[in-house]
Amino acid sequence: MSTPPIFPDLRILSTIDQVGVEERAQRFQARSIKKESKLSALKLAITMLDVTTLEGKDSPGKVRQMCAKAMRPLPEDPSIGPASAVCVYPRLVRVAKEAVGESGVKVASVATAFPSGQSRMKERLSEIRYAVGAGADEIDMVISRGKLLHGEFRGIFDEVVRCKEACGEAHLKVILETGELQTYDTVRVASEIAMAAGADFIKTSTGKVQPAATLPVTLVMLEAIQDFHDRTGRMVGMKPAGGIGNAKLALQYLVMVKETLGKAWLTKEKFRFGASSLTNDLLMQIRKQQTGRYQSADYFSKD
Amino acid sequence: MPEGPGEGTAGSSAKRTTKKANSHDFVEGDCYAPAPENTDHVSLKRSYDLFIGGKWVRAPKKFETINPATEEVIAEVGEAGPKMVNRAVGAARDAYEKTWSKMPGRERGKYLYRLARLIQERSREFAVVETMDGGKPIRESRDIDLPLVAAHFFYYAGWADKLEYAFPGRKARPLGVAGQIIPWNFPLLMAAWKLAPALAAGNTVVLKPAETTPLTALLLAELIEEADFPPGVVNVITGAGRTGQNLVQHEGIDKVAFTGSTAVGKLIQKTLAGTGKRFTLELGGKAANIIFDDAPINQAVEGIVNGIFFNQGHVCCAGSRLFVQEGLVDTVVRKLKRRMESLVLGDPLDKNTDIGAINSPEQLTRIQGLVDSGREQGAKCWQSSQKIPGKGNWFKPTIFTDCAQSHRIVQEEVFGPVLAVQSFRTPEEALEKANNTPYGLSGGVWTDKGSKIFKITSQLRAGVLWANTFNKFDPSSPFGGYKESGMGREGGLHGLGAYVQLSGR
Repeated sequence: MSTPPIFPDLRILSTIDQVGVEERAQRFQARSIKKESKLSALKLAITMLDVTTLEGKDSPGKVRQMCAKAMRPLPEDPSIGPASAVCVYPRLVRVAKEAVGESGVKVASVATAFPSGQSRMKERLSEIRYAVGAGADEIDMVISRGKLLHGEFRGIFDEVVRCKEACGEAHLKVILETGELQTYDTVRVASEIAMAAGADFIKTSTGKVQPAATLPVTLVMLEAIQDFHDRTGRMVGMKPAGGIGNAKLALQYLVMVKETLGKAWLTKEKFRFGASSLTNDLLMQIRKQQTGRYQSADYFSKD
Repeated sequence: MPEGPGEGTAGSSAKRTTKKANSHDFVEGDCYAPAPENTDHVSLKRSYDLFIGGKWVRAPKKFETINPATEEVIAEVGEAGPKMVNRAVGAARDAYEKTWSKMPGRERGKYLYRLARLIQERSREFAVVETMDGGKPIRESRDIDLPLVAAHFFYYAGWADKLEYAFPGRKARPLGVAGQIIPWNFPLLMAAWKLAPALAAGNTVVLKPAETTPLTALLLAELIEEADFPPGVVNVITGAGRTGQNLVQHEGIDKVAFTGSTAVGKLIQKTLAGTGKRFTLELGGKAANIIFDDAPINQAVEGIVNGIFFNQGHVCCAGSRLFVQEGLVDTVVRKLKRRMESLVLGDPLDKNTDIGAINSPEQLTRIQGLVDSGREQGAKCWQSSQKIPGKGNWFKPTIFTDCAQSHRIVQEEVFGPVLAVQSFRTPEEALEKANNTPYGLSGGVWTDKGSKIFKITSQLRAGVLWANTFNKFDPSSPFGGYKESGMGREGGLHGLGAYVQLSGR
């Protein structure tokens, strides 16, 4: 961005009615997506996946396997996929980068003392630089939820601005960890601060805290993105992460995006799913749509 | 021959070309692939008789009931003339005197519980028929109408054996025979609102459903038969306005319960003057939905949509007048228009449909007339861009901005998907404008501040008020209007009170 980011005027933010948001989210679940609409949505969802592994036991071998799956989710059908990115810890960025090569699949890395963010800014920033240096195209940072809940909004803003600087060319996704923020009003404020500070994406969760992504909390963030776009003209992306374990739920998210932000956001540039186990259910449902029959889980590679 | 605008109706899907099929792509398509509710399980008869004294009685004359979305005839039903009305009232009187009023409340309760459970069991079928006959989206009849219908019977079934606790210190006796006339916007739900309290209190009933939507009341009569109610406790006679008139004028009834237009309500009141018959009237409305600048805006926009576009605006308590605090008007209107564009209009039986068909050609003409007057009187009209199916009665979601209090679209009940938007500067101004109407059925207030909710709602002159939501119903909550919106209450303990006479012990 050419102009330095400006701390947002939080007084202009609308409040959120919890009952109303949850009721609205339920309406999206009542949509019935069939046939061609369903098949095209399932294929779209595959291309929006940030295929993720974030565990202590992650190893180069595991990451390489996951990259292969992300590049070619269904070996016999090249028209499916590829996923948008693989998401790993900083130490495995180099391995992942090598594995995805020129396939177009991006490498995303969590950083900034993921998942808690409880470390000094100096270390958190150097972690970003390390991951970017190793070849990460995208950085998924966490914000200091303790600070936010304490009311240090300015501090959160500065944190995101500095992380964005450290990213350089890499895209920045800001994880709000909505499960710890608890109220929709706090999520709304955090979304606004992150977007004003330069986030390319806002993201619900680390996947390490329950609840992770939910439809209502994602709706609150989508509406924040819409209001921000109305005001500034800048399109910020959205990434719900954690808890999206099956195709049915993934489609409900896509319906919600389509009916709130519209089709401009229905691309992998503006919408991602953070998920570790969603891929195979999407593939299974695609096969079901194509053939009319479910196939056994043994016909889909587990990587 | 070029096809009419938009998709054909359900029947013409075979004609769809490859190009049209492509339009269901999730991103690029202009609508989702059709997701029609299964109708295989619904078996309707070609022809229905009148349900009188526990028997199906042939009416000499019949008329057709039409699916407003396809213009196809669904079935024909009997038209009850004075003779049949007389016979029905006689059957109800017999049942009242011989069985129902003498039966212990506990036993009456059992019948009502049984009926409620039967409704739950067959709710899918009833929802489909309600949608076919009336034009409302299946999502609404399935998720809102039918659950509420069962809930009303369950609720009043519970009161049947507790009348002495309902009105402490006094003895509650039934009134006798009730003549009940119900409208076409919530055919089965209005039948439930009227039948359940009347029966729980020990009254017997002659029910007349609306001319354009008689089918679910007739199916309900079949369930009443199946539940083995004593003959004559509930009689269902179909017909038009004249049948209703005959019923109201009949000397054998003790109470009239009417839901419908204010004009007919006034006529009924005139007819009943001096007869000693009791009555409750639930008439028109022109509800104010007030959005303050501290409201949760996105949820308020959703509430506006639920307020006015629910059931195509065929709702007496619809939030048809929108008042927005001046600084927020542009934002709210922008968001509202965007939301209106995402509404799905079309085949009411499609599970994704948000806006169904207008109930009848007459109603469509009336809506069009009022919208024309709005344009002529200088309000600014905006309609969403959905395509209208070639056949059937349809009206696009419509809003008027730059409205004045003196415009007809602000003053008169449209009973369609048409919203009049006005602005205000102070709470006092909002209240003054909101109350400046001959109606007073419902209203809504949107603000994040609890104290403001109480301050404003205590001064709004309307029978039903919602805060930060709209069009929510519950059997335990009384419903009814001030001024020209009617008299008496339905629902809750108040609704039970309308079917009993009280005396000292």
